[in-house]
Amino acid sequence: MFGDLSYLELQQYWWFLISLLGALLVFLMFVQGGQTLLPVLGKTKDEKTILVNALGRKWEFTFTTLVTFGGAFFASFPLFYSTSFGGAYWVWMIILFAFIIQAISYEFRSRPNNVYGPKTYEVFLFINGLIGTIFIGTAVATFFTGSNFSVNEYNQSKWDTVYHGLELTLNPHNLVLGLTVFFLARVLAIQYFMNAIDHDAILKRAHKHLLINGILFVVLFLTFTIWLMLRDGFAVNPDTKEVFMEPYKYFNNLIEMPLVGVGFLLGVILVLYGMVSSYIKPSTKGIWFSGPGTVLTVLMLFLLAGYNNTSFYPSVTSLQSSLTIENASSSHFTLTAMSYVSLMIPFVMAYIWYAWKAVNNRKIDQDEIESDDLHVY
Amino acid sequence: MLESFDLSLVNWSRAQFALTAMYHWIFVPLTLGLSFILAFMETKYVKTGDPEWKRITKFWMKLFGINFAIGVATGIILEFEFGTNWSNYSWFVGDIFGAPLAIEGIMAFFLESTFIAVMFFGWNKVSKKAHLISTWLVAVGANLSAVWILVANAWMQDPRGMKFNPDTARNEMVNFWDVFLSPSAVTKFLHTTTSGFVLASVFVVGVSAWFLIKRREILFAKRSMVVASTFGIVSSVMLIVTGDSSAREMAAIQPMKFAAMEALYDGQTNAPLIAIGILGYPEENPSGGETKENFRIKIEIPNALSYMAFLKADAFVPGIKDLVLGNEKHGIMSYKEKIKRGYHAQQTLIQYKKAKKENADDLPMLRAKFEDQEWIDNYFNYFGYGSYYDPDPTILEKNAFKIVPPISLSFYSFHIMVILGGHFLLLFMVVLWLLFKNKLANNKIILWTAVWTIPFAYIASEAGWVVAEVGRQPWVVQDLMTTAMAVSQIDTMSVMITFWLFAFTFTALLVAEIKIMTKQIKTGPTKQGGKQ
Ligand code: HEM
Repeated sequence: MFGDLSYLELQQYWWFLISLLGALLVFLMFVQGGQTLLPVLGKTKDEKTILVNALGRKWEFTFTTLVTFGGAFFASFPLFYSTSFGGAYWVWMIILFAFIIQAISYEFRSRPNNVYGPKTYEVFLFINGLIGTIFIGTAVATFFTGSNFSVNEYNQSKWDTVYHGLELTLNPHNLVLGLTVFFLARVLAIQYFMNAIDHDAILKRAHKHLLINGILFVVLFLTFTIWLMLRDGFAVNPDTKEVFMEPYKYFNNLIEMPLVGVGFLLGVILVLYGMVSSYIKPSTKGIWFSGPGTVLTVLMLFLLAGYNNTSFYPSVTSLQSSLTIENASSSHFTLTAMSYVSLMIPFVMAYIWYAWKAVNNRKIDQDEIESDDLHVY
Repeated sequence: MLESFDLSLVNWSRAQFALTAMYHWIFVPLTLGLSFILAFMETKYVKTGDPEWKRITKFWMKLFGINFAIGVATGIILEFEFGTNWSNYSWFVGDIFGAPLAIEGIMAFFLESTFIAVMFFGWNKVSKKAHLISTWLVAVGANLSAVWILVANAWMQDPRGMKFNPDTARNEMVNFWDVFLSPSAVTKFLHTTTSGFVLASVFVVGVSAWFLIKRREILFAKRSMVVASTFGIVSSVMLIVTGDSSAREMAAIQPMKFAAMEALYDGQTNAPLIAIGILGYPEENPSGGETKENFRIKIEIPNALSYMAFLKADAFVPGIKDLVLGNEKHGIMSYKEKIKRGYHAQQTLIQYKKAKKENADDLPMLRAKFEDQEWIDNYFNYFGYGSYYDPDPTILEKNAFKIVPPISLSFYSFHIMVILGGHFLLLFMVVLWLLFKNKLANNKIILWTAVWTIPFAYIASEAGWVVAEVGRQPWVVQDLMTTAMAVSQIDTMSVMITFWLFAFTFTALLVAEIKIMTKQIKTGPTKQGGKQ
């Protein structure tokens, strides 16, 4: 079946999958958002434990999605992998470091004899929540704002600044997206807690924090989006493959790809509806709107960056080095082989769904964390 | 790819990769093996309904969880380090190497982490059967994760199923099954996973022995030991058999690694295997390379090396000298010749790129070379050697000796691994036998030996990777790409900083892990029906 697809179609298919993984990752970063809320939502030891356990059953999905995102990007667009990871070295190292300290914190935090004390592991979780969201958001923003690298005729890449990516965090447009993701993650976390936890004091506080985080998110998101619509974008001439700056490129992409435009709007509406309805009338359902809405919105943002003759990883220092889904991809053969592998994705999602339901089929409350028939963090 | 590289950058990048890989490998083998041991124990519980088996399962499961978390923490770095530190590598072979990493994520990591959630949090939420299936799926998922990364590693040692495309300047996959089912991938997978089974069995036997020494939890300890030592015996036999096949494949595809791990300088027929040896200082040779190794002590098994390599007692096993200098009688091409051919291949690529830019007349002729199988076999397949070229023949000759891996490190690592492999098998057999005779609980010597064998399982396991990875230096992709060609162009200082950052963090986490683990062990399994 994939054997009949053209090279370009396969490249588009894989850009779609990468976008989907990226979108799922952003949604699942509600775990990170939740980690930054531990000190404000959990006042007593037990409350903290409830919160940590609510997140602790989910953190691995986020983590695994990040790892798979990296692997899939490597397999489908290896030039991005080599250029960005090897070039924006510091950005990626800081992100990775933040995930290293996350991975042990859940398991180690409440164990006796854990050397550094529970507080340290809570700080680790906080750092992961802060850096994970802001840096990943910043990195995604460079898909629209560009980076500083050049690629030679052997496709070997070199970063053109000595800061190896740290300079990207100083770009205000990037930073706006980083903060947007941060507040979005917190909003989603609050809605997840409303869905998964049964504890009055926590839920009351969560409800209160929804307002401020929600407002900050909306303001930042609008700033990012309007700015994006107004700025010049990195367009590719489909015949010569030359990269050039096109005014209002991303706005044009929205118009020229009406499905993407509609999907984007729908996603935004879902997120907003989920947030507002959870605030007006607290219920467990908000996350069912905001979650899918987030996935849809981010998916469409990624598609804006890669489809319609756009460079998804542009270089500002060497415009013609910019990466497109055509020049950065794996060979026709590898993309075809990998496409067959991708048929497993629905199956994977199905069992994740099963496991998620099985584990969350009852709300997390005081009894649950005192149960002796369960692994408690 | 052809300019000269900053050696300290390469070395720091290698050090960082070695550090992260070795830390990661402290935790992975226990996950691989313990996941199966848990599955055996829980199966026993579901079959007999005896709550003692559930207690046993849950105790080891808790240790599994602690170990798993830190395994995950150290693993994420590796996935991305190919890009961050080896970006030229990532491009040059990413078309082949990336696929297994992606499949690993899609197919195995999710399986593992999803069902770990059910395994830990599902005891009172899903049926007994569903829980048991989840535990088995964790074991399958963990070992499937190992498949794909090992396929990728085996491919670097034994590249196949691909073709170089001069337009993109990379190798491109042409046959997925050649990559996935290459004999080295299959043996590597079997040897590595069984090594995890053995390590986990040693771990369970050792920890249980400690309970017997302390005269606590006797039933728990004995049952755990029966499961683990049985599993250990079966796995040890498989480990030795697959190790032997690894060696045979290595003799065919990486003869230099093979010679290095036996410190065999001069090739010979009826070559003996050195069972135990201590190396002396090598004699210096005027051309700059080491040529002759002195053994202070050695105990040899006659003909065994020839037999191991080629299944024939009188087969010729090439030594390091034969491989560097060539040996006409046995049809071995010298490194000097390989360097010249590799240089020719590299120059052809440069000319092609130039011709393409200028749209020159010889463009089709140059392009055709990369399609010509004979040219590929005779020139391109030595591509990486070209980096050692020098127009001055004496320097070139000297450079040829740089393509020799560190000998004593390879030699000792290999021998430590093999000797310990024998020790583990023996230990499992003795433990099982004494258990059946009901004499184990009083045999302090065996019990303490079992406890003290735990660190040696880790040493053997790390030594295995040292053989595999140090022994193939300087290649990152055998014959095609050296580590120096592969490295990302970043400043050495950045890599040094991240190296120390990781060294510090991982050590701090390891300390915490060991403390938590020993505390959990001392606390012991839960009281019947009590809180953990
Ligand atoms: C007892 C006889 C053994 C033999 C003959 C043997 C042989 C080998 C050989 C030849 C290699 C290198 C493979 C390559 O570079 O491609 C290797 C690697 C390795 N060995 Fe062993 N080994 C033995 C026992 C053990 C033991 C006891 C352990 C650990 C518990 C172990 C763990 C490893 C590991 C982790 C590797 C690296 C992965 C690989 O390359 O397969 N081995 N072994």
